[in-house]
Amino acid sequence: MKTHVSTTINGEAVEFLCQPRQSLLEILRDELSLTGCKEGCNNGNCGACTVILNGLPVDSCLVLAVEVEGANIETVEGVAQQRQLHPVQQCFLEGAALQCGICTPGFIMTSKALLEKHPAPDEEEIRFSLAGNLCRCTGYDKIVHAVQAAAESAPAPK
Amino acid sequence: MIDFEYTAPTQLDDAISQLSEAGDRARILAGGTDIIVQLREGLQSADLVVDVKKIPELTQFEFTAGQDLQLGASVPCWQVYENSEISAAYTALTDAVHIIGGWQIQSRASVGGNLCNASPAADSIPALIALDAVAHIAGPAGRRTVPASEFCTAPGRNVLEKGELLVSLTLPAPGPHSGSAYQRFIPRNEMDIAVVGAGSYVRLDSDGQKIEQARIALSAVAATPVFAEEASNWLAGQPISEDVFAEAGELAKKVASPIDDMRGPAEYRTHLVGVLTRRTLATACERART
Ligand code: FES
Ligand code: FES
Repeated sequence: MKTHVSTTINGEAVEFLCQPRQSLLEILRDELSLTGCKEGCNNGNCGACTVILNGLPVDSCLVLAVEVEGANIETVEGVAQQRQLHPVQQCFLEGAALQCGICTPGFIMTSKALLEKHPAPDEEEIRFSLAGNLCRCTGYDKIVHAVQAAAESAPAPK
Repeated sequence: MIDFEYTAPTQLDDAISQLSEAGDRARILAGGTDIIVQLREGLQSADLVVDVKKIPELTQFEFTAGQDLQLGASVPCWQVYENSEISAAYTALTDAVHIIGGWQIQSRASVGGNLCNASPAADSIPALIALDAVAHIAGPAGRRTVPASEFCTAPGRNVLEKGELLVSLTLPAPGPHSGSAYQRFIPRNEMDIAVVGAGSYVRLDSDGQKIEQARIALSAVAATPVFAEEASNWLAGQPISEDVFAEAGELAKKVASPIDDMRGPAEYRTHLVGVLTRRTLATACERART
């Protein structure tokens, strides 16, 4: 039996039907065509599926879609405002903090959540906060530098 | 993932009756960071998943200085470390919940769930045992309590009977001149499973010179996390010194019966018990003095 779920995604009211076994990641990608969040491992290790749920970064592969009734969800699709990139996105771009890019939406979401919580994190805080996001291409340094640059270019718009 | 039914009761009694009715075909969902993976990968199966995050008793926690802390079983890790009073009073638990997975996991995973999942290598369990936590269980036959040190019975198994669920944990108010710490050894910096974990709690005398009471617990060295009783008892009355910590580490090794696996050979794990016991005792004493 399908369950009806009402949520807010990127500021808009969204309703969907899902099976209890379906993850939030599956629904975002397959039902709602929000394919920005990626499936890397599907078991909570890589962070490619990171979205912000009620203000906190979560692995959407570890959330059942039925659990998000009434929740507020942000995905990478909602991060840029009109044609204005978020400072984190701008700095990832300028700092070449990506190669293949599959990890990038997840990193953007966790970094955005971090800067909203700590507008001026030091390198250690950045690395610690991003520990749940894996990247097999960049070696991380450029990602950390991009987040530092974004913090410096702040005030980050919410 | 295999299909299952989902329910999210808002009353404890409803959860108990739903769990009792479905018997061993039911699984409890709190943060989901273990159970969702286990269901997806076929390590567990269920016809009914009972989401317990809407039951008030399981989400409550309130800190009152000088009183025991009641921590609802589904309270996620981040709520522990973001609460300045709780994180200052129960530093071993704070140390542990800060390193369970990454931030995304800590946003969801609960302390109670970490206990129920009963991994031999669980990070929060040595902290809970060191802090002398007690588990409150409710079920069809009523309520009962079990010390955290006796909650896990085998890898992935716990004392919960059919229809029962963990409601909350009581953490005794930390006495004056007390301190606690949890540390684990992993080959990376974050996001890994403990090769060995150790939690220590100490209460010092009013001059901060002698240990009055201590509790040490270990993970990843036996089928369940273990209380190092002999080492803990021996510490009572001892002065604070590196030699004393080292001797406690030697005694703690007696409860370690580790296995060889890809994370480390048994001999290495036993060695780590000594090292981490020493270090967590030193940190706990330092915290007790400040
Ligand atoms: S796909 Fe969710 S953490 Fe890897
Ligand atoms: S850019 Fe390829 S995985 Fe990060």
